[in-house]
Amino acid sequence: MSAILVIAGVALCVISGLPSLVTRRASVVTTVIIVSGGVTGLIGAAFGLTWGTAGLSLPWHIPGGALAIRVDALSAFFLAPVFLLAGAGGLYADRYWTAARMRAGYVRAFFGLMAGALALVMCAANTILFLAAWEVVAVSSFFLIATEHEQAESRSAAWIYITASHVATLALFAIVVLLHGVTHTWEFVPLVAGTGAIPVGQALLCLAFIAFGIKAGLMPFHIWLPGAHAAAPSHVSAVMSGVGIKMGVYGLVRLLSLFDAVPSAFGTTLLLAGIASSILGVAFAIAQHDLKRLLAYHSIENIGIIVTGLGIGVVAQTHGQLLIALLGYAGALLHVWNHGLFKALLFLSAGAAIHSAHTREIDRMGGLARRMPWTAAAFLIGAVAITGLPPLNGFVSEWLLYVASFTSITGSPHGGPALILILVVPALALTGALALACFVKAFGTVFLGAPRSEAASDASEVPATMRAAMVPLVLGCAAIGLVPALFGPILGRAVHAAAPRLPMPATLAALLQPIQTSALVIAGIAIAAVLILLAVTRRAATALTWDCGYAEPTARMQYTASSTAGGVVGLFGWAMRPVIHAPRPFTLFPSAAAFESHVPDTVLDRALLPALRGVRWVLGFARYFQHGRMQLYLLYLGVTLVALLAWSAR
Amino acid sequence: MTAVLQLLLVVLTAPLLLGVITRTKAFVAGRSGPPLLQAYYDLRKLLRKETVLSSTTTWVFLAGPAVAVVVPLLASLLLPLAGTRAPLAFTGDLILFVYLFALSRFFTTAAALDTGSAFEGMGVAREITFAALAEPALFFGLLALARISGSLSLSQLLTVNSTSWHKASAALVLIIASWFIVLLAENSRVPFDDPNTHLELTMIHEVMVLDHSGPAFGLVLYGSALKLFVFSALIADVALPRTGNPLIDAAATLCAVLVIGVVIGLVESSMARLRLVRVPQLLIAASLVAGFAVVLVLR
Repeated sequence: MSAILVIAGVALCVISGLPSLVTRRASVVTTVIIVSGGVTGLIGAAFGLTWGTAGLSLPWHIPGGALAIRVDALSAFFLAPVFLLAGAGGLYADRYWTAARMRAGYVRAFFGLMAGALALVMCAANTILFLAAWEVVAVSSFFLIATEHEQAESRSAAWIYITASHVATLALFAIVVLLHGVTHTWEFVPLVAGTGAIPVGQALLCLAFIAFGIKAGLMPFHIWLPGAHAAAPSHVSAVMSGVGIKMGVYGLVRLLSLFDAVPSAFGTTLLLAGIASSILGVAFAIAQHDLKRLLAYHSIENIGIIVTGLGIGVVAQTHGQLLIALLGYAGALLHVWNHGLFKALLFLSAGAAIHSAHTREIDRMGGLARRMPWTAAAFLIGAVAITGLPPLNGFVSEWLLYVASFTSITGSPHGGPALILILVVPALALTGALALACFVKAFGTVFLGAPRSEAASDASEVPATMRAAMVPLVLGCAAIGLVPALFGPILGRAVHAAAPRLPMPATLAALLQPIQTSALVIAGIAIAAVLILLAVTRRAATALTWDCGYAEPTARMQYTASSTAGGVVGLFGWAMRPVIHAPRPFTLFPSAAAFESHVPDTVLDRALLPALRGVRWVLGFARYFQHGRMQLYLLYLGVTLVALLAWSAR
Repeated sequence: MTAVLQLLLVVLTAPLLLGVITRTKAFVAGRSGPPLLQAYYDLRKLLRKETVLSSTTTWVFLAGPAVAVVVPLLASLLLPLAGTRAPLAFTGDLILFVYLFALSRFFTTAAALDTGSAFEGMGVAREITFAALAEPALFFGLLALARISGSLSLSQLLTVNSTSWHKASAALVLIIASWFIVLLAENSRVPFDDPNTHLELTMIHEVMVLDHSGPAFGLVLYGSALKLFVFSALIADVALPRTGNPLIDAAATLCAVLVIGVVIGLVESSMARLRLVRVPQLLIAASLVAGFAVVLVLR
């Protein structure tokens, strides 16, 4: 039943864009189709989570391939956010990328295609179908990133994206072939015991790290993420960031579930890569001036947290600490849901703000909360959630990872996994504090204070359908945060599907129960306090901001976002290496001066691109052979023939 | 019953701590200083005053003081101050304790940015940078205490004192030292911030509340007193043994907190505020000290 509903959802999503390609007036039809596709698929995923595994299989004329899907608890767990975000994004796009804008049909068509293919990736049972759907997602994302390809930034982001994505696909091809070599089927079946120790298994794990790491945006493979998510339309960024990168996480989890014993070194690699991604991701995020690039770097941070959880799970499982492994997997999987929810909420509300203020620069916005109160409230909820503050959902998944790490130090008597897992605690603490810094800066500069530009002071609230698209995401964040025990059984089933060697986690709901009561207490008291305070100050006089007595404050006197972030950028200067242009005028009379600073992506701009330029320089010496003289070309042929004959005759 | 006693203890005696600190500083300076109950008189005065709101602000501006009062009260419910069990205790509540203060920091800084003033923005920039460095120190201390007590609930972490002082006294001393530095940082005390001046050059916390007035400012003052009380109570809990009798334990906590207040007063009288470039160095030193405590208990 769930498989049929999921396939119906996929089909509806894929065809949703076609009416818009035909005629402009069909945008309402498109919206209705994609929302109904999202709802259908979500119901199918819900059935898959509560009832059990279901499958569907059709023959396919590609050798080895079969249109086979299997909706088990893990697939259903990853499918739920895919369909939710597809529906919400489709609803948002109705008034965001209106039919009057350029390439509206193109955007709707590729969005539906991408959403449907994403869902297919999450439930494919046949590896060739998995690969095909993966490629469809990659290519449709490329076209969506290049929507505004008149701008050089979009073109560059799209090229970097497709290059990185195809490196990942190359590694994925190798994985599929190696899997076939080990299991002799084109299906995701559990591998023979001991595969983790032999070279083939280790090659599989390395390739998985590369392929799924690139797709998920793990450092140092994250180079494509900031540009791509900034250039795409906001609802596309919401889906790409919310569930597109989870495709990599799903692949990694699925592959790990096939092994009976993953080598501990791989777990440690995951752990360290996750910690590095989370800390450096949020550090880079603070330094950004572009609101969508900032949110994209936060996706890198949250993927780091998810992979840290997976690393905890693998390392603890290798050392026989089953409770810690359980908590690690549970935290990682719940964070997949949480990140999907709050990141999509942030992208949709940021998109609304950018749409109204006509700029992506944080320092050109300001005071939008007075003009767009609903959007501001949605962004605030997303910001509180992503920072991991109680009583919202980010806190619950980070709490699970903290408890896993703390349990490793209280449980183990001497050495063992304790020494590596306790690194997680200060890493998560630092990440959380930096995320708070970043979102205070983002929310405060964009929505609070006085407008910093003409466009910001003329901003108006976005249409009701765009706001309505954010509502299910807000409800999801609040629900998981306030009553997490409700989701305990679902999470337990997903964890059991992800790590079949662990005992069935019946204790998950019991562990999450106390946070629930605390969260409700916090929420209740906070609301009461705010009401009391508002009652107390009911009759309040209004005046200009006092500001130590300035008579004429202007918007330019406010602290800029880059200054707010300046302290942290200074602390992380060794990693970020900001570029600062501050020419000082040394003239007798006052003259004009300008200040500019930006932080290039260290891996891309300071390591990878210079390395590639060096490779191109080295390869340039081959031009000496390309001189256009036919006689020497014939000489090359002759020399090669003689050499080959001599070699074969030895 | 103990929950009510603990709540009364925190709610009623928090402003007294501010008076003790001020009187200590006055004593060291050779003055007689304001009355011990001055903070209560200030609160009463502020509640009767008119509020003036800036035209730039939204509801977030008033949410800041509200959350700043609610959060320390909730955090105090997680501490075992009157007896050996906190009113709200469960596995992993130590993480909730730290993140509650992160919640109050979020809303205080958002309320500061809401005014659109350069001074508040400066305070926000400094506050978020230094808070990022103070968090790992708190967590290292909690890791060490979790190892010593073998539990993940603050009620057990902070109440096995007699045996833990036998087992790991060096680590506990390091934790207390590191957490004292964090207390000074989080509560805007010298050497991080000067709570007496209201100039933007010396302030991190004081400047963020520059535009509040009337009852809202009273809530800000009360919230900062509560936060200082809760942090001092946390340190007192690490140092003191628990008897199990609610009244004795509550009285012992109060005395220990007032002693910590005297120590804060002595520290404030004997040193000046640090240059801002030195502040990250001191916070990283606090993290390293607590980290070393973890290394000591891991052996």
